This record gives sequence, structure tokens and C-alpha cells, in this order.
Amino acid sequence: MYTKKLMEKIKNIIRGHSLFMLHYCTGCGAIELPPTMTSRFDMERLGIAPMATPRQADILLITGYLSAKTLRRVIYTYEQMQSPKWVVGFGSCTINGGIYYDSYSTINELDLYLPVDLYLAGCMPRPEAIINGFERLIEKIENGDADGWKHYKQNREWYKKNQKQALGDSLYTTR
Amino acid sequence: MILNIIFRGLILIFGAFLFQVALSGFSRKVVARIQKRYGPVFWQNFRDIFKFLFKETSISHGFIFDFGVLMAFGGTMATLIFLPYGSFEVIPGQTNFIVVIYLLAIGLLGMAMSAVGSANPNASIGISRALTQMLGYELPFLIVVLVMMYINKTSSIGGLVQSQIQNGWNLWSMPIGAGVSFVSVMGMLGKKPFDSPIAPAEIASGPLVEYSGKYLGILMLQHDFATVIEVGLFVNLFLGGGSNILIFAIKYIVVYILMVIISSFLPRFKVEESVKFFWKWGLSLAFLQAVISLGIYLI
Repeated sequence: MYTKKLMEKIKNIIRGHSLFMLHYCTGCGAIELPPTMTSRFDMERLGIAPMATPRQADILLITGYLSAKTLRRVIYTYEQMQSPKWVVGFGSCTINGGIYYDSYSTINELDLYLPVDLYLAGCMPRPEAIINGFERLIEKIENGDADGWKHYKQNREWYKKNQKQALGDSLYTTR
Repeated sequence: MILNIIFRGLILIFGAFLFQVALSGFSRKVVARIQKRYGPVFWQNFRDIFKFLFKETSISHGFIFDFGVLMAFGGTMATLIFLPYGSFEVIPGQTNFIVVIYLLAIGLLGMAMSAVGSANPNASIGISRALTQMLGYELPFLIVVLVMMYINKTSSIGGLVQSQIQNGWNLWSMPIGAGVSFVSVMGMLGKKPFDSPIAPAEIASGPLVEYSGKYLGILMLQHDFATVIEVGLFVNLFLGGGSNILIFAIKYIVVYILMVIISSFLPRFKVEESVKFFWKWGLSLAFLQAVISLGIYLI
């Protein structure tokens, strides 16, 4: 029992310091990521690297507003990722809709559809805020608090109900 | 005797794992310093590999997919055994170059089989690029090595190392060939000008596109073992191996870091450009070296 706990702790420390990130930048805000990744702010020193495909990624970074059409793709992408996996909502629009709060075609609260582990508030958050946020995420993963993927698995019906409400019955039809 | 060989093989595989994974982590630091960044710690690659091995789930795409990964991993580990590392040989006397080249292809073929099993179009584009590029780099490299084998009248890598200890390094006796082989080894490793097979921005990391979790961890390990073989071949053939394993390791580190530094300055070739490069410059310079070396030898 004790060794299992210790093993889980070691795994969490390793996971926290090696995060491969898939950035889903259909909204705004992608412009803040290049200075965060390259020489000026150098995200790689924290062990965070960009990755090309959802299969290899650990973090799904959703930047800016999310329209109802892209929500379906985001859900597909999230379900292709391998657990443990974490979702980071980037910018105010993922929290409460931001300046698009009364738009007919955008999603206001991302947390209703996917389990968000970390929000980066701001419109847009500067690279300093992004680095600060990722340090919080690393801390949470090390302590084992970032368990949105478990939550998604346990409350699957609730999430699916919300997703269907936003997208209609076309959730799993390919077009 | 058998137990002795198995024991030495295990030591070799574990040592190669620790050495190369630490070195490729260190090379990330070197690239970061070139780009005026701080860079990750040198044990970052251990974290990456173990993170993937500790994933809770990993998707399989059928038997061929699984089998190809294991074939690539096993074939590469088996090739490690047939190389001399300074004075350290797993099976004494069994270090034939032809065997190494044959077994090295198993890794790439296993990966090709497995990537086709995933049925992803990006994976098949990446594999076709990798196999096309293989045509490019193997031809000049093999011409140089065949001339070297003809002159020294041996195809064993250990024998070539012995003759270099007597006659001086092949780097000095065939400098053009050494340059051609250096570029060919960069092509084998998929370093920067020749990384069109795994181009992340255009074909989403190519053959690796469908691998997740434990599969990706195993393939990262396989890539590190393949690096040990290919750079080790260059050190043995041109830099005279080493009288002990420490000198071998120092030469290896110098060659590998030099490749990393060169590749960090260069953009990417398209696949037809890289084959054209190898066949135009690599092949003609390899023939020039062959004519010069055979002329000196025969006269």
C-alpha cells in the first residue's frame, strides 16, 4: 500500500516536469505563445514543449473564444489524447465568454464541456502570466490535485449531456 | 561463456541507455545556449521517456502495429551487440560491418511496418520519405566503407580499428570520405537538414503520428539506441575507435555534439532535395575519394 503511494508520487513528479503541449489556437491569443516558447521567455526550461499530434500530447491548450463548430473538434481531440491529460483554458473567453458573452455562436463556459484544470485569465494573458500559470499547473500535478481526466471519466454522462445540448445530436456524426 | 555474453550484453544496453539519453538531453541544452535560451536540465530526456512509459492508457491499432514497434526495438538492441566500444566487445571477434548494416535496416523496416499498420496518411508519407532518404545516404557511405574494407582486406570493424591503430586514423588517410560519411550519418540520424521524414510542422511528426504512451516511449528509446550505433560506426571507422571505453566515449561526445551544433544552424531540405544533395555531392565526392585511395594503394 505504502509502496504504491510512493510510486504514484514519483510518477506525478516525473509527469509534472515533462509536459507536451498541443495548442488548439482557433481563437485569438496564439500570438502570445511564440515569445513564450522561444528565446525571450523559454518555456522549454520547465520541460514544456509543443507537440504536433493529440496522441503524443499531455496538455490541451485552448486559446481564446471557442465557437460551437470548433467545440466538436476540441472534444474529438481531447478524447484522442491519452490519460493522464490536462486542459488549460487560456484567456477570459474560456472562463465566462469574455467580450463574446452574448454571441450566438460561441461557448461561454468551457468547464461545462471539458474538465479544465487551469485557467489563465486575461485578455490576453502576457507570457509572464502564462509561465506563472504553468508553474501552478506543475505544482498541482506534483501534488496529484490536477485530476480533471478522472473527473471526466466518472461524470461522463453529465459532460455528454452538456455537449449534446450545445451541439445537438450531431456530436458524433462526421461531416 | 554464454552467461558471460548475456551479462555483458545487458551491461552494454543499460550503459548505452544511460549514456545516450543523458547526452541527448545535454544536446538540448547546447541548442538552447546557441539560441540564447536557458534550456532544460540534462536529465530532461529521462523524464520524457519515463513519462510516456508511465501513461495510464495507450492506443493500439492492431497486431502489426504492436509487432512492428517490438521488431524495431529488438532489432536495434540486437545491432548494438555487434559493435566494438573501445576495448569492450560483447562477443569477442564478432564485429562484422555487413552484419551491422543488415541488422540496422530491421529497425527502420519494423517502424515502416508498424506505421503502415496505423493507417494514418501522415505516417505513410513520413515512412516513404524516410525510405527514399535511405537510398540517398546509404550509397555514398557504403562506397567509402567498401573502399576502406578493400584496402585493409577485412570487413570486421574490430579489424579496421586495429589497422587504424597501426597506420593512423582513416580521417587523415581518407579525409574526403570522412566528410561524406559525416554528412551521411547526419542523414541516418535525421538531423536538421535531413529531417523531412519527421517534419512536425508539415506532416505532424510523420511515422510517429499515431504512437501514444508506452509505444512512443519505446520508440524514443529505439531512436537513442540507433544513435549509439550510427555515431559509434563513424567513431570506429574514421576516428580509430579507442584503446579503452573512456576514450571512445570522449570521441563519441565530440562527434555527436558537433552534429548537433551543425544541425541547429540549418533549415530543412525537401526529400527530393536531400536525395539530390547526396547523389550529386555525396556520391561524386565518394567516387573521387575511391579513385584517390585506390590509386595510392595500387601504385
